[in-house]
Amino acid sequence: MTSPIAGGVDCDLHPAVPHLTSLLPYMNDYWRDQVTTRGMMDLISQSYPTNSPISSRPDWRPAQGKPGSSLADMQRQALDKFGSAYGICNPLYGVQMVFSEDMADAFCRALNDWLVKEWLDKDDRLRGSIVIPVQSIEKAVAEIERCAQDKRFVQVLMLVMGDMPLGKRHYWPIYAAAERLGLPIGIHAGSAYHNPPTSVGWGSYHIEDYIAQAQAFQTQLTSLIVEGVFARHPALKMVMLESGFTWLPPFLWRLHKFWRGVRMETPWVDRAPLEIVRSNIRFSLQPVDAPPEGDTLNRLFDHMQSDELILFSTDYPHWQFDGDDVLPKGLSQDLVRKIMIDNPQATYGRLKMKETTP
Amino acid sequence: MNIQIRERPEAGASAGIKTAIADCDIHPARATKDELYPYLAKRWHAHLETFGVHAYQGMMEGPPYPKAQPNASRRDAYPPEGGQQGSSLSFMQKQHLDPNNVALGVLNPLNTGQGLRNQDLAGAICSAINDWQIEKWTSKDTRLKGSVVVPNEDGVAAAAEIRKRAGDTNFVQVLLLSRNVEPLGQRRYWPIYEAAQEAGLPIGVHAFGFGGNPITASGWPSYYIEEMVGHSQCQQTALASLVLEGVFERFPKLKMVMVEAGFGWAPSLAWRLDKVFSRLHAEVPHLKRKPSEYIRDHIWWTTQPMEDPESRDHLFQTIEWIGWDRLLFATDYPHWDFDEPSRVLPAGVSDANRQAFYLDNAKQLYGIA
Repeated sequence: MTSPIAGGVDCDLHPAVPHLTSLLPYMNDYWRDQVTTRGMMDLISQSYPTNSPISSRPDWRPAQGKPGSSLADMQRQALDKFGSAYGICNPLYGVQMVFSEDMADAFCRALNDWLVKEWLDKDDRLRGSIVIPVQSIEKAVAEIERCAQDKRFVQVLMLVMGDMPLGKRHYWPIYAAAERLGLPIGIHAGSAYHNPPTSVGWGSYHIEDYIAQAQAFQTQLTSLIVEGVFARHPALKMVMLESGFTWLPPFLWRLHKFWRGVRMETPWVDRAPLEIVRSNIRFSLQPVDAPPEGDTLNRLFDHMQSDELILFSTDYPHWQFDGDDVLPKGLSQDLVRKIMIDNPQATYGRLKMKETTP
Repeated sequence: MNIQIRERPEAGASAGIKTAIADCDIHPARATKDELYPYLAKRWHAHLETFGVHAYQGMMEGPPYPKAQPNASRRDAYPPEGGQQGSSLSFMQKQHLDPNNVALGVLNPLNTGQGLRNQDLAGAICSAINDWQIEKWTSKDTRLKGSVVVPNEDGVAAAAEIRKRAGDTNFVQVLLLSRNVEPLGQRRYWPIYEAAQEAGLPIGVHAFGFGGNPITASGWPSYYIEEMVGHSQCQQTALASLVLEGVFERFPKLKMVMVEAGFGWAPSLAWRLDKVFSRLHAEVPHLKRKPSEYIRDHIWWTTQPMEDPESRDHLFQTIEWIGWDRLLFATDYPHWDFDEPSRVLPAGVSDANRQAFYLDNAKQLYGIA
């Protein structure tokens, strides 16, 4: 195995909201009343059924409650265990599935305030991602601006499958706000289920939805690059979270080839896709979709032609690795340092900020 | 519409290739709109004139994402006698089959009855296209072999069309498209797989098609390039569906060819499938083996558009992960992103692998002596 080094940044932790009612203290009277009077159910996404093996490593599954719902467990099993200096919390509560922009806005505000109170205030190592009501661009930008005053929010979080491809101009005010405020956009696996969860329709099984996350990331990367997001926002960083990354080299060969062929269609894409990825896109480490031998993985890193793309993550409490094998076999010490410390520090500018609370 | 083309060099600009090749993706076209009418019952002539084909997308004419070139085809491929690119056998012979030493050419007709909403019309057009392939192409040039096109959304009718063509040596495969009403592993398509296995015909799954679903899992993208690049993602998902639904458990002799959607993605997809399967196998107990094993045993890939990394080592390593015995050379003639046979494979490949890549894998798969 490859040993982690102390002082790393765990870029993908999932604190779980115990239940929708846990957010009631963070809602106004109207929404508290709506939730209770209408008997609204917990917002658990089909992307991660609570009892699915991928939703929690067996030895991380608590005796009671949702995996990832206990701070003490997260500290012991992830932060202390791998000696992380920082851990970035990416709540996967199903607020994106909601259709009403008003409801989504109320739930996102509650979720972000809950994260501050229940997690960030209780462990200095924790940082947060701002969950946004993407159903309304105006409200999403307002929520980014509201939360960004707290420097412990280091990123804006979106799901990889939403209503429209993420490169669409419709979303650009979100990107402008994020760039202005020094926040990368984190794009996490998961669907709002407003479209079929694959590009060829509804599959029969949960496993198909999960496999399809990787293809969804590929199409989103195409969209973001060819729509010109990074020509317009050159300082904007985006982080693909729980995306897998071993698909990246052949994906880029293909995108590059077609870009050469039909670039007259998108003339604002004035740099090669690979260059855009190198300067603006990062990927979380887990899951590593490769065979366990170090040999193959090192070849894949060679195919990626950069050692700056990958950011350390445990994907806690999701089941991506066993025991202490959070780092795949065969990585050099130099690469381990880059993945665990240098690359995340270079990506999340706000980690360097000393004054953390507003 | 006829487009006037500049003078061009004799027989196109092909550099030619010395060894015989198989081209596993050639697109024959109709020269005129009514070229198919002799193969269609009278009622459909009027129907087509009045209502069009009524597909799972909105445009009455042409594709929803305008192509980069007219008919997505080479500007030097218009036949001298008129008609669209790919519609003349004599010009195809002169421009492509002869100079490129094509010993086996697999025809994959597009714009057939596949992906239509009216299933009677879909069946009629598919059957007509199959007759037309024999009369216009395969009976006139024995190097060419047809693909049985089928009304894919009506599994029973599709199976009947396959059985009608079983044993006919004009055909070497059944053709499906990657984007359908449902993912390809779904049971509605199983009669197609049953009939193909029974007939001993591989199934080619060609990129493209519209099935009523947005072409990404996040809705409709803006540009043609997104559709083009996205074919490989649609193909990955379609293949995952075929494997996870247990199609290859149920039809153990079925062979499938992934056509024009790349192959570089195959190792990463297989690794991901195996890894996730190790966690979630309880959900799919009908699978008796690891997903990668079904892929290794049942799937072939055509090469065009060829993976084109800066380093040839990266290409060779990727092919080694897939297997040199699984790739089938293809040009996509007459489409604009045609791969030139003489230039597609970098130096440094053994003679045996070159021979497998360019010809032998295809001959073996399609049972051509």
